[in-house]
Amino acid sequence: MRTGVIARKEGMTRVFSEDGHHVPVTVLKLDNCQVVSVRTEEKDGYTAVQLGAGKAKINRVAKAQRTTFAKAKIEPKKKVAEFRVSPENLLEVGAELSAAHFVPGQKVDICGTSKGKGFQGAMKRHNFGGMRASHGVSVSHRAHGSTGQCQDPGKVFKGKKMAGQMGNERVTTQNLEIVAVDEKENLILVKGSVPGCNSGWVYVTDAVKRSAPDNIPLPAGLKSAEKTEKKVEDKAEEVKAEDTKE
Amino acid sequence: MNIVQKLEKREEKKLLEGKTIPNFNAGDTVKVNVKVREGKRERIQAFEGVCIAKSGKGISGSFTVRKISYNEGVERVFPLLSPRIESIELIRRGSVRRAKLYYLRERRGKAARIAERTTGHGIEKKETKKK
Repeated sequence: MRTGVIARKEGMTRVFSEDGHHVPVTVLKLDNCQVVSVRTEEKDGYTAVQLGAGKAKINRVAKAQRTTFAKAKIEPKKKVAEFRVSPENLLEVGAELSAAHFVPGQKVDICGTSKGKGFQGAMKRHNFGGMRASHGVSVSHRAHGSTGQCQDPGKVFKGKKMAGQMGNERVTTQNLEIVAVDEKENLILVKGSVPGCNSGWVYVTDAVKRSAPDNIPLPAGLKSAEKTEKKVEDKAEEVKAEDTKE
Repeated sequence: MNIVQKLEKREEKKLLEGKTIPNFNAGDTVKVNVKVREGKRERIQAFEGVCIAKSGKGISGSFTVRKISYNEGVERVFPLLSPRIESIELIRRGSVRRAKLYYLRERRGKAARIAERTTGHGIEKKETKKK
């Protein structure tokens, strides 16, 4: 099991597929998504990575958290979340995740907090049918109707669908397809919509109900690793160039 | 400019590469050369008619072309930047007072004619310059 990432929803747009069809996409940005701390089997009894994303003002971070960030020697993060991983996929503290963590065509699950709709009636909240517009119905056109049986059981069963708070809850959308990945800008384009408002935080993980493709980076798609590799290559090239000069 | 707008700009630039889209409006007669895939072969099919509407801009822009084919009105909506469009040719400019010419759907034959526009935006005024 690989780690997921924390991403920020930037908004929706569309792109053209190769055969000329419009594909609606949601743009997600990985904003300084770094490993803040690591949970290990010996110490915590399970393995996980704690990721942080965004940038928080120091005076707005709780003291307890400040020490965690100080220990990890990274800047305070706005959003912190934990992802369970298998022991072989544990990451180092401070490693930065890049958009290359995902590959186009891969399916992902995206979890966010849905837009709050306030206190809503049963018709809007649970798609109830309501009552008739005429034929003797008065005042209760949008009411939910009967909520149960008679003297036996003599109560309304728990979990009965009724009016109440709608939205502003944790929602996971499964099996969304990755359309494209922009490593330079650290963007992920996901086909379709994603729960929550623009500039809201979402968790992107490999799809639970689909097998991951073979070419996904393991243990994770890291930014620093790429950079160092490139640097090494650059240095090698420089050395070569110098050699030729000499 | 936010990230989504930047992305759209970049996508637009990529799609417009090596392509010029004429400046046409509702009322103009256009010829749209569409790439059609038949099995493995690809050929170009032209769709010529009156542009009756243009909507949206940038990557989400589209336009509607209407023509009468075998006495039956046919309308096609094309995305302006679609990679399936090989090219768009402007055949004739029309003089109309509306941005959306949906009224043409109820008209037939003579009543559905649009007068040619010879002056105004997008047309060089050769005669007036000489004077």
